[in-house]
Amino acid sequence: MVTNKTYIESFCTIQNNEVVLNGESVFKIDSTAFADFSKKAYQHFDINYPKFFKMDSLSKLAFLGAELLLKADNDPLVENNTALVFSNKSSSLDTDVKYQKSISDKENYFPSPAVFVYTLPNICLGEISIRHQLKSENSFYIFADFNPVFMEQYANLLLETKKADKVLCGWVEYYNEEYTAFLYLVGKQGDFMHNEQTLKKLYNN
Amino acid sequence: MIKEVYITETNCITPIGFDVATNIKNIGDVVSGIQLHHNSLLMKTPFYASIIKDADLDLAFAKVTPATHYSRLEKMMILALEPILKKAKIVLNERTAFILSTTKGNITALENQNAVEPAYLHLLAKTIADFFEFKTEPIVVSNACVSGVLSVSVAKRLVQSGAYDNVFIVAGDEVSAFVLSGFNSFQAMSDLPCKPYSLNRTGVTLGEAAAAVLVSKDKENAKIKIIGDGSINDANHISGPSRTGEGLFRSIESALAEAQINSNQVDYISAHGTATPFNDEMEAIALNRLGLEKVPVNSLKGFYGHTLGASGLLETVIGIQSVLENKLFVSLGFDTLGVSQSINVIEKNENKSIHYFLKTASGFGGCNTAVLFEKVN
Repeated sequence: MVTNKTYIESFCTIQNNEVVLNGESVFKIDSTAFADFSKKAYQHFDINYPKFFKMDSLSKLAFLGAELLLKADNDPLVENNTALVFSNKSSSLDTDVKYQKSISDKENYFPSPAVFVYTLPNICLGEISIRHQLKSENSFYIFADFNPVFMEQYANLLLETKKADKVLCGWVEYYNEEYTAFLYLVGKQGDFMHNEQTLKKLYNN
Repeated sequence: MIKEVYITETNCITPIGFDVATNIKNIGDVVSGIQLHHNSLLMKTPFYASIIKDADLDLAFAKVTPATHYSRLEKMMILALEPILKKAKIVLNERTAFILSTTKGNITALENQNAVEPAYLHLLAKTIADFFEFKTEPIVVSNACVSGVLSVSVAKRLVQSGAYDNVFIVAGDEVSAFVLSGFNSFQAMSDLPCKPYSLNRTGVTLGEAAAAVLVSKDKENAKIKIIGDGSINDANHISGPSRTGEGLFRSIESALAEAQINSNQVDYISAHGTATPFNDEMEAIALNRLGLEKVPVNSLKGFYGHTLGASGLLETVIGIQSVLENKLFVSLGFDTLGVSQSINVIEKNENKSIHYFLKTASGFGGCNTAVLFEKVN
């Protein structure tokens, strides 16, 4: 297959109560719980989307990252064929554990559909798709660690086969207050070559 | 030039058979895996589900290995893959990938306090990969109810791009208190065995299964060719399908465009058909928008229930057999059409020459997947 060069157009990392966009710290607060951090980040970036507060932590994390990278890109009147290829280690386990607690005590049995729906990792892709009106290729994967080889292969093949014009890739890991999000937008232009070495370097920074 | 991609081996482990031939015989005889269960550990009230008997599973598993430390789901997955690996005789090197598809994996581990570790999906994949001694890191596809058929699409794309020569896929999910209570909380469960596309359908019946296939660049032993695919989100709602079927419409459109065939060439559709009012209605709308309303369509949920992350692959395996044997299987549970736009639901087993076969699925998060297959001459 002919390989056209692909580039990382922009990238962001969210961890340890800090948001870093294209290598620059754009929001940071003192140590706090994720619910508080995510709310303050939402306010800081002036996001107006009340549905955010109904999301589980994994979706909030993915949503915030996508918000920063797709905001500049998004004209609601023009259809964007930006695919979403996301991955993590803990799937939806943080919400799974919460849901399991709601059904484990037969005397205190309250399964909630609003919680159950988030017991799938790809729900965060749905949230991002709705927000940015991306009727585009979507898929979610689980790996032990961020897998730059697979992520590069899959983003490139979506671009090469014209299934997508751009690909928003993400590692969105959340379990029990421990979180890391690394999102990056892959396309035909940008300052960074889209390859394994660059991805490793940007992920580890 | 883009490589051609084939499925060369298939297998499935279900309540109506532990190999493809037995499953096909039972479908031919209109035998369903759905039964009424009284099991208060799974649900307080009696419920319909398609569940594999532990005794059958353990008996079959003991023939493969004396090891006993595997979970039910792991046993199902190993049993699904084992004959395929044996038959295929492919060297497991860095050119051979392994995809595992599941929604909830070993979620039952959470029923034991402090046992979160076994519920990690990458560890489930590692357990299966280690059993067969795969050399590459497992790729876990976990994308709600499209996972099984999406894994076929992902494997096809990886082979097509030259990243791998062969991809083994296993897909599995089991019936658990977790998913039963969840679907019940959505009031999405049927009181009777599910009735896809019927007027008086009231929701899903859950099921469990494992299915496995080998996706290969080699035409030798090919059962079918994979010629197009798409997995496009509705961008509409996280727990309900788009009213216009937009994501499914676009997924099928993308698959048809890639395959360079017209919708009127499709001979058979194995659809999702969960038997919830909204899903089935959405599918009928999407099929009509594409001019696919006259094409014979079935949902296999009447035989297997909704097997979640396994369903798309299980239904692909059965669909491939339809193509090979030129047989259309009844959409079990169907009586009077209960969707607003006409579709051609298969009412009895019949013979038909099938050249192009379309498999679709849709799921929570607004996801949809369509994969097109062509008979190999």
